[in-house]
Amino acid sequence: MKERQLVIIGGGSGGMAAAIKAYDEGIKDILILEKDGCLGGILNQCIHNGFGLTEFKEELSGPEYLSRFEDEVKKRGIEFKLHSLVTNITRDKVVTYTNKEEGVVEIKAQAIIMATGCYERNAGAIQIPGDRPKGVITAGTAQKYLNIHGYLVGKRVVILGSGDIGLIMARRMTLEGAKVLCVSEIMPYSNGLQRNISQCLNDFNIPLYLSHSVSKIVGKEKVEKVVISKVDDHFKFIPGTEMEFECDTLLLSIGLIPYISLLENINCPISSTKGAMVYDNMETFIDGIFACGNCLHVHDVVDFVSEEGRNAGHGAALYLKEKEATSSIDVKYDKLLSYVVPQKVRIPVKEDVTLKFRVRREIRNANVIVKSKDQVLSQTFKMVMIPSEMVMIKLNKDKLANLDDELYVEIVEKK
Amino acid sequence: MKEMTCIVCPRGCRLKVDDEMNVTGNFCPRGKNYAISELTHPVRMVTSTVRVSNRDNMVASVKTSEAIDKDKVFMVIEAINKMSVSAPCHVGDILIKNIFDTNVDIVITKNIE
Amino acid sequence: MKYDVLIIGAGAIGASIARELSRYLLKVALIDKENDVGNVTSMANSAIIHSGYDPIPRTNKAKFNVLGNKMFDQISDELDVKFERNGSLTVALYDSQLPLLEELAKRSKENGVKVKLLSKEEVLKMEPNISPEVKGALYAPTAGIIDPFNLVVHTVENAVDNGVELFLNEEVINIEYHDELSKVLTKDKIFEAKIVIDAAGLSSDKIARMVDPNIDWKITPRKGQYFVLDHYKVGLVNRVIFPLPSEKGKGILVSKTTSNNYIVGPSSEPVDDINDLSTDTMTLSNIRFQASEMVPSIPFNQTIRAFSGNRATCTRHDFVIERCKGKENFIILGGIESPGLVSSPAIARYVVEEFVKKTLTLKENPSFNPRVKKYLRPKEMDFKERNELIAKNKDYGEMVCFCEQVTLGEVKDVLSRSVPPRSVKAMKKRVRAGFGKCQGGFCQPRILAELAKHYKVSWLDVNYDELDTNILVKNVKEPK
Repeated sequence: MKERQLVIIGGGSGGMAAAIKAYDEGIKDILILEKDGCLGGILNQCIHNGFGLTEFKEELSGPEYLSRFEDEVKKRGIEFKLHSLVTNITRDKVVTYTNKEEGVVEIKAQAIIMATGCYERNAGAIQIPGDRPKGVITAGTAQKYLNIHGYLVGKRVVILGSGDIGLIMARRMTLEGAKVLCVSEIMPYSNGLQRNISQCLNDFNIPLYLSHSVSKIVGKEKVEKVVISKVDDHFKFIPGTEMEFECDTLLLSIGLIPYISLLENINCPISSTKGAMVYDNMETFIDGIFACGNCLHVHDVVDFVSEEGRNAGHGAALYLKEKEATSSIDVKYDKLLSYVVPQKVRIPVKEDVTLKFRVRREIRNANVIVKSKDQVLSQTFKMVMIPSEMVMIKLNKDKLANLDDELYVEIVEKK
Repeated sequence: MKEMTCIVCPRGCRLKVDDEMNVTGNFCPRGKNYAISELTHPVRMVTSTVRVSNRDNMVASVKTSEAIDKDKVFMVIEAINKMSVSAPCHVGDILIKNIFDTNVDIVITKNIE
Repeated sequence: MKYDVLIIGAGAIGASIARELSRYLLKVALIDKENDVGNVTSMANSAIIHSGYDPIPRTNKAKFNVLGNKMFDQISDELDVKFERNGSLTVALYDSQLPLLEELAKRSKENGVKVKLLSKEEVLKMEPNISPEVKGALYAPTAGIIDPFNLVVHTVENAVDNGVELFLNEEVINIEYHDELSKVLTKDKIFEAKIVIDAAGLSSDKIARMVDPNIDWKITPRKGQYFVLDHYKVGLVNRVIFPLPSEKGKGILVSKTTSNNYIVGPSSEPVDDINDLSTDTMTLSNIRFQASEMVPSIPFNQTIRAFSGNRATCTRHDFVIERCKGKENFIILGGIESPGLVSSPAIARYVVEEFVKKTLTLKENPSFNPRVKKYLRPKEMDFKERNELIAKNKDYGEMVCFCEQVTLGEVKDVLSRSVPPRSVKAMKKRVRAGFGKCQGGFCQPRILAELAKHYKVSWLDVNYDELDTNILVKNVKEPK
């Protein structure tokens, strides 16, 4: 069996950033395995702009953003294989992949970085009542048809879910001649970025119905009509609030889920994000297997994926160079937060630690407090935090020097 | 007093503009510029795709080099849809120079070899 | 077009009859109104090869179920269809149900089905995830699970390989019956045949009335809704778990499938429209509740799909298997609901022996080959085998469906066969691309591209399922 120092599974924004960082820290024996025919992952179809503000201090489209990373990967001569699907990994880091040229190959890796991204929650997961005709399609698939291949999936469209892809597709399909009738969101708030509501919906007078969901799909073979109803606090439809839309397409933008069958198969501990649990160096709870990007927790801004990829690349590089055993503490949080990544921090802390989390509801004028044993380690004031925007709190390593008990993140709202 | 969400970057600051064009709620100076421009002369970046003449079922992504007048957005899309490129094409290649005399170019944003 | 035999309906029944007839030197046509074979009831059911413990003794259901069950080892081998004889448990959750279990055991004995009554302890030892409330169960070791999609596809493929002609998208408008040669009219074709067989499932009464308006039965369709759960890591249940049957059917079962998923369902609701395949929240939550009573730990958060199918229940409450009165060369196979899938090969054999042979002189087809060309499934091969295959044909090294690990080689193989998929869904039924957790989100554009390439059509002309269900509606970058 061939051996490699570092195998990176997935050549999207997380995987490429991880590879570049690990390479620059001295790990030269790297292999990126990408299932698709090009590097860049989902960014290839995200042709809208808004990427790179943190990373490059300019606003780029998805393909431009990925091409900069691709250039860096190629400049370093980091090896990558396309159309190469990893079908299995083991706890002792044997990676099995397959492609046309080599067939099925097993390699023994000293470290693995999972950067497999996410997949779209689809109709199957939510069981929308009514018929199951053609014309119910996830926003990302419709985006691929339109932005990679040049085809529209429908001419009159209702969008369920106000996730960013749905909002971006509302504008994109409108620009290409489709009529987007409305966006319906079951939660009382939008799951997309504010700016996307403004520039993708408001610009085109597309109504956004909050606390509304699809109560019925009508159409035997093709979608003919979609019925939207208001929901109560328990997400039950309120009779009498039905609105009917004649349309040929129901576009679903109802969430993204980390795509981590490989980790599930080896019983890697999974967090409430549906991604793996990790330490502050992005290492999962399985020795030498790291994770970053949307397969860890779904991000709203790609720049943060790249940064997390670098953290994983850095973590893997240190792991390969040092490999020393340490102990760790848990990261806990109060009920206003839906999760915190990482779930554990290794001690003694040698580097700054960034805690990333999402809130469960909109919170205004609040302090985010990180403590350990009643000692406040950091306090950050936030004017507004919403579930659709990830919050990051950076903790200075000097403040964490004597850390020996769990970290606790809490949010204190100001009266 | 007008309220709006800044669309300059994904942060999405909530801006308030009073009658004297004083802007509050912005995190950075670009928010102030955006608010004033939005009230006086709104502009938008346009991103779309163009046909690749020598590839089947494939398009190349494009964008405006700068934001253009909001009311010209659909005209720009229409102009792009009349065009095609042939592969190979690269990020930064100019598809349409100075579209509608706006001093804005339509540029390719994708590498196709 | 003149035929010896014309079969209306390419579901499990029509397919089996076509294959059975292809053993003889006959000109046979198999026609269906759908854009694929096995596209209605045969596609949306529990996919169980029932043991036969449940039908009332001496009914057609009992007879053909038991006969059919015995045929499946050979059929699955010849037709290369996934089948596992994993047995079933019919569980009693209340003491009051125990007499019913014994009643069923008696019924099984009369039907000639091997069963065993199990104590609570025996049940829990066999299936530890069954509710600890269980009081006992009836174990039927001959029950099994099958891939229902490829059972029909491969049966028709084998029939076509042996000379049967298949016509899809041919909906029968009228039948002019004559003892010597009947005429079957579709929208733009006229088929003539000495014998016409009605195997039209949910439409079997409608077709039968075209020949005899006075038939004394009709189809009263009953809908069944189901959940499909993602691939399992560890065995939740290894056998088919049934509740006690009622007059409404066998009840809501929990079973693994041949693709390592779980299926939970079906409900049983009368519907007016045979095309009503809607699902509703109330029924689905009821299924969830009832199934959880038997197996409390079903991971419903792993649901990847909910679907429904309609049973061709008929007012006679038994399979109608007979010649039309006074019109002996019109054969009616009506009301074939569960256990229709398991009964299909036995019904086919009976139809040929008892009906067709009485009208036509049958000569054996000397070139009949009972086997389909072997299907290659890289996912199930060891590395050495797989690499030898990929060395011969690189397409078996390229994955097009990531969730189910389906290769381009498999996609091209089914396209090259005698019953090729004509739609994205027909492809999904054959190779499973799009059946996984992303439900085609990743692979659908690729599958669509391969279909367009194979049929040399525009992407706009690739259908999701039926004709006129094209996925893409406009090429926005078409040269003007």
